[in-house]
Amino acid sequence: MSPDVRLSRVLFIDLSTWSFHTEERPDLFQERLGGAGAAIRLLEEFCPQGADPLGPENPIIFSVGVATALFPLASKCVAMFKSPLTGNLGESHAGGRTAVAIRSAGYGAIVITGKASHPVYLSITKDGVAFRDARALWGTGRSDTAARIIRSKDGTPGTRTILRIGRAGENLVRYASVTSETYRHFGRMGLGAVFGSKKLKAVLISGDNLIEVLDRKKYRELYDRLYDQVTRSPLMQKYHEIGTPVNVKSLSAMGSLPVKNLTEQRLTGSDNLSGEEFARLFLSRRVACSHCPVSCIHIGQIRIPYPNDPYFYKTIPVSYDYELIYALGFMLGVSDPPDVLNLIDIIEQTGLDAMSAGVCAAWATEAMNQGLLDEQMTGGIRLSFGDAKQYLAFFKALAGQKSDFYQNLGKGVSFAASVYGGEEYALAFGKNEMPGYHTGPSAYIGYICGARHSHLDSAGYSVDQKPAEKFPETPEKIADELYEEEAYRQILSSLVVCFFARGLYTREIIQEVLSVCGISMTIEELDALGRSILAEKYRFKIREGFSLEPDSIPLPQRVLELPSGRGIITEEVIRRGVARYKELLEKNV
Amino acid sequence: MPKKRLSVIDADRCVGCQSCMFACTRRLGFGGVAKSAIHVSSVGGIERGFSVRVCRACRDPPCIHLCPEEALLPRQGGGITLNKDKCTGCKQCLEGCILGAISWDQEENHPIICIYCGYCAQYCPYEVIELQELMADES
Repeated sequence: MSPDVRLSRVLFIDLSTWSFHTEERPDLFQERLGGAGAAIRLLEEFCPQGADPLGPENPIIFSVGVATALFPLASKCVAMFKSPLTGNLGESHAGGRTAVAIRSAGYGAIVITGKASHPVYLSITKDGVAFRDARALWGTGRSDTAARIIRSKDGTPGTRTILRIGRAGENLVRYASVTSETYRHFGRMGLGAVFGSKKLKAVLISGDNLIEVLDRKKYRELYDRLYDQVTRSPLMQKYHEIGTPVNVKSLSAMGSLPVKNLTEQRLTGSDNLSGEEFARLFLSRRVACSHCPVSCIHIGQIRIPYPNDPYFYKTIPVSYDYELIYALGFMLGVSDPPDVLNLIDIIEQTGLDAMSAGVCAAWATEAMNQGLLDEQMTGGIRLSFGDAKQYLAFFKALAGQKSDFYQNLGKGVSFAASVYGGEEYALAFGKNEMPGYHTGPSAYIGYICGARHSHLDSAGYSVDQKPAEKFPETPEKIADELYEEEAYRQILSSLVVCFFARGLYTREIIQEVLSVCGISMTIEELDALGRSILAEKYRFKIREGFSLEPDSIPLPQRVLELPSGRGIITEEVIRRGVARYKELLEKNV
Repeated sequence: MPKKRLSVIDADRCVGCQSCMFACTRRLGFGGVAKSAIHVSSVGGIERGFSVRVCRACRDPPCIHLCPEEALLPRQGGGITLNKDKCTGCKQCLEGCILGAISWDQEENHPIICIYCGYCAQYCPYEVIELQELMADES
């Protein structure tokens, strides 16, 4: 059997010495399935306790899983690092071509440590790593310029990935993102700032290795079954047609979509921001991650006139998703779709995380209305909900990090509120700015307890939307459901399968997938592995100072004031849910 | 049996999922895309769409004339077949195909030549590619 069947190679890169080596670590992939399961082990091994997230010692870990490049929708790559935003576990997932390129270059994981003496980009192939000078790429106004230049010089079209940061990452905004293939992102928790701290502008990975399987006939048969379900069953239809903004209408109607820093339940004119409207007026192309026929990436075109030059226009393609429409539309009170697309474009150009940046801007708007901030601090920008022009300038300034105010806000909304006040409406949980689901208590218990403080950890928003008869009777039962879901998702993010395919990759299917990869696991073993990966993440978080003790969890009072999709949320329900979650986590640690 | 060839019907519908490329290699029982005769890549960035490169089964294939070893043989009705035993791996065909429709098998050091089986087209959910019968006047 070729070693490719069982992924095992880890590439270690040291930016301080411009050196690299590989190690065979079959344990990470045979026992842990790769992805998150492998990455948390590597993080534990290579991130020293108390490491400065922006210091050379903080490792950047990329990992793929045993299903990568073999099965449809096994299209995601996991990044782990110590987060400069939360100070503990940094974990972010992205699609694009990254996962397939890493595995096809012969690696299961890549660990980058150290700090370069000047800006560099890495060009990685099966033969190793080239360290290339990126001084000329540092500080470019648009982050896609760097990608265009690298694309024209390096790698093989179609079988490469280009990861890069923008100015926000260079300037160490703690929630800067890393962009993959123009439209996909390691968005959350500040991987972009970790890149920036290492003077790492970009990483290019090319590869087209052959991947062996254990049983060719079984492989093709299983593939066909999965492919058939992906393309023919209704499982994926909503992502496929209108894309993630298909949720805008229903969530908005339920009052579950946060508006103007969660001060209102509805946004006037919000019908314009529905997925259907974006599709009708702007959708110009749908694209996909490598090895995913769903094509959930929806790209709209907007035509922008040059103000002082008649008959001169530019047309820009912008990828829109639910989370962006929430953070840059609803949250900022911006209801004109072209304005939202323009704001998405500035976020892309600067390399900020859309959700964190949107929540920070929403907090700043309210703080300005309350007189906690003034125009002197913001460099003359007068923020007001709905005023897209001011927000455009604001995000540029935020990425530029030129003044104390922007540097403070660049450390996250929790930090900024600790300096300027307004903590009761600084909408972050575990220091991560909130996603677009004010659906009910389950969502918030999930944000607080989830290892990534993300709605995707345990999908509390989905529990909140259950009909009354199916909704868990007690907060403890909510926590039980969320915990089971988060544990199960560790398996998906180890394989690494896109969460959109969670309905498809059942435990039984996963067993079959693993058997083709030469791994035999019972369902009980799979479940135990999920819980153990989650426990390791929690252990890392605790090690770095995180706590689920009641007095270490600030709960912005705002979320208790505005009715959610399930009515008013009480603090007691959230606290009881969190206490139960803590119990469950500790039982397994 | 009428001869067939692979045809790009509408590259503008291509979403770049590369399911066709994975299919071509999977046909041989492998994962990845190392043995794929079809190639999808972006046209200078994903925002601009994709190019889909397939062997058009030329009636007078230029690659045949470039091969110094007569390893590429004309297929009746258009297109080519490869005689692996004669191929020395000189890559003249690879460099000479203006469509870029010939890929390279790194492992076996010979060109990857489309066999016009249409397996890839079965996995294109967007009707970008299709296996077509060659018209009477073409064959």
